[in-house]
Amino acid sequence: MRKAVILVAFLFVGAFLLLAATSMRPFGEPSFADMDDYFIANTQVEVAANNAVTAVVFDYRGFDTLGEATVLFAAVVGVLALFRKLREDEV
Amino acid sequence: MNIGNLPFVAAALLVVFGIYTFLFKRNLIKLVIGVSLVETGVNLFLVTLGYRTAGIAPIYTFAPEAERMVLPTPQALTLTSIVIGLATTALLLSFAVFIHRHYGTLDVRKVKELRG
Amino acid sequence: MNTGMSIIVRTITRLVYGLTLVFGFYVIMHGHLTPGGGFQGGAVVASAFALLLVAFGAAGIKGRLNHHLLQTLEEIGALAFLALGFVGIGTAFFYNLLAGSGSLLFGQLVADAQLLPLSNPGVFNAGGTLPLMNWAVGLKVMTGIAAVVIVMLIGARKEETE
Repeated sequence: MRKAVILVAFLFVGAFLLLAATSMRPFGEPSFADMDDYFIANTQVEVAANNAVTAVVFDYRGFDTLGEATVLFAAVVGVLALFRKLREDEV
Repeated sequence: MNIGNLPFVAAALLVVFGIYTFLFKRNLIKLVIGVSLVETGVNLFLVTLGYRTAGIAPIYTFAPEAERMVLPTPQALTLTSIVIGLATTALLLSFAVFIHRHYGTLDVRKVKELRG
Repeated sequence: MNTGMSIIVRTITRLVYGLTLVFGFYVIMHGHLTPGGGFQGGAVVASAFALLLVAFGAAGIKGRLNHHLLQTLEEIGALAFLALGFVGIGTAFFYNLLAGSGSLLFGQLVADAQLLPLSNPGVFNAGGTLPLMNWAVGLKVMTGIAAVVIVMLIGARKEETE
């Protein structure tokens, strides 16, 4: 009984995802590209770098990279804390 | 349906396979593989959102003459998403090692009861 | 994973390990000119380290590297990235103060304002705080992933011998 409910729900979600994928906008024409046109035109003037993706990651959207560095640091500290050597009185 | 929409359908198929794997499998490692499949599908979808027809990479070093460039912002977001996926998978696998050490089994149905 | 792999794998690892390290550092350092950057180059160097672990086993690595030193280096990388955000705090957080300022530290301008956009061979001494951030993030990713791989290998192996 429980497996039938899960199967029906999964088929519903899968059909919805595939229907949404087939009725998207045509592949190859982005809808709103004003911000990216500004980035492409002004990377060599403001950032003085040749790589537009690195300029977006570290200069125009540097705050998102700060959040990502924090998540990576938290994950590494979590794994190293799970596998530490326990003393006699620790749980 | 447009036949040119095939990259979007491929990303949706990856997400559907990932959801099937972590709904219907019993081993803990297979659940982690299912989560990783969902993250891969989402990253592929992000990258295919920023494509322009007959576009080149957004790099100016030795670039070909007078072509239009692909959007650089979805590629930057995918970079962040891949690193976060790595962090999540590392923590999930550490928890799987600990569960196996405590319960002796990796079956999801048998790790429900509390054990001292 | 007490023992490593066969002698063929170990010989090829000794040949390939140095080349992979050099390629990884090249990808990190030229992040503002070619595709790449801090995260990608850090992953390449970490994969070289994982190759070393797989080929020689946990017994061959035991006395050489401890994960406390790697964790300290990762913290230094994270703090350096945060400190580089405060360089241009007079205008905004994460402001690129050194780009095009003419100073000795990555201050050169890339192209003239009338000839943009221009396809050029690439100037290494340009970019402002971008190459410095690439090095900080590359060090962080490199040592972080290496520490995680070492700790998970030794922690999982000790469980089998209990």
